[in-house]
Amino acid sequence: MRVSKIGVRIGDLAGLDPDALRFCFQALTKETDLESVVLVIERKPRRQRCSRCAHEFVVVNYETSCPECGEGLTAFLSGDELDLAYLEMEDV
Amino acid sequence: MTQIPLERKVLNENGRIADELRARFAEHGILCLNLVSSPGAGKTSLLERTLEAFAPTRRVAVLTGDIQTDNDAVRLARFGFPALQITTGGTCHLDARMIEKAIARWNLTDLDVLLIENVGNLVCPSSYDLGEAAKIVVLSVTEGEDKPLKYPAMFFRSELLILNKIDLLPYLPFRIALARENAQKVHPGMEIIEVSCLTGEGLPAWQAWLESKVASSAKTMAAT
Repeated sequence: MRVSKIGVRIGDLAGLDPDALRFCFQALTKETDLESVVLVIERKPRRQRCSRCAHEFVVVNYETSCPECGEGLTAFLSGDELDLAYLEMEDV
Repeated sequence: MTQIPLERKVLNENGRIADELRARFAEHGILCLNLVSSPGAGKTSLLERTLEAFAPTRRVAVLTGDIQTDNDAVRLARFGFPALQITTGGTCHLDARMIEKAIARWNLTDLDVLLIENVGNLVCPSSYDLGEAAKIVVLSVTEGEDKPLKYPAMFFRSELLILNKIDLLPYLPFRIALARENAQKVHPGMEIIEVSCLTGEGLPAWQAWLESKVASSAKTMAAT
């Protein structure tokens, strides 16, 4: 068995640039046994819930106001992930 | 092909130490605050004004992080409270391990408040939990109104925004209402206090905020 794929989850609020992560990953694995490992990055957008109408939505262009009712006070739901999600193994 | 779910946070180990620190702070009724900002926004000045106003009997200690020099610890030690410099030697943020190591020399039963001044940087310090009760972000009016939009993670993770250097507003095109609006965009409901560490304007509001936090930390301990 060997590792063939690694899955990472990065939220918009994680403060991490996926391209920089890919660059580091390649630099670290180059000419090693892990060179063939594929890095899969899953982006997670920021999600908020409206405090007035309970509408749940994805934040686009920093806009955290509710797109349904216009309420400014909305609560954070998700989008700060920086997780190792999974490894994929294959038989050699 | 086999998929093995991991579902681990990349900063898992830092988070584990931070949780331990948070539990220790809670056990001793210590309020721990983590001050973050870009370099030069006024974290050290805010701490100076804060320490200066404290009674000498106040059980407070300060940790200050910089890449190099102990200048800030020297500035902060003048007020007679324990102040320790963490010199990171290149690292652009403090992590939980550094805090754990630094406080090992103090007896936590002697403290009610621990103020941590992070390395001046609006990016990386946002990712590292130090076991604090709250992060406080300082933004000075000589920076841009769009800082909250450019560094959303930091403004999102900070409970309070201190807008510093408001004595300079008459000389600058800085639109304070826009800065406040941008902060509210990335962090709906964010608390904002405008101050000048130079003239002292606004500092009573900051001190009141701090005292209310100190009181609730002590109350939490009394309840346990």
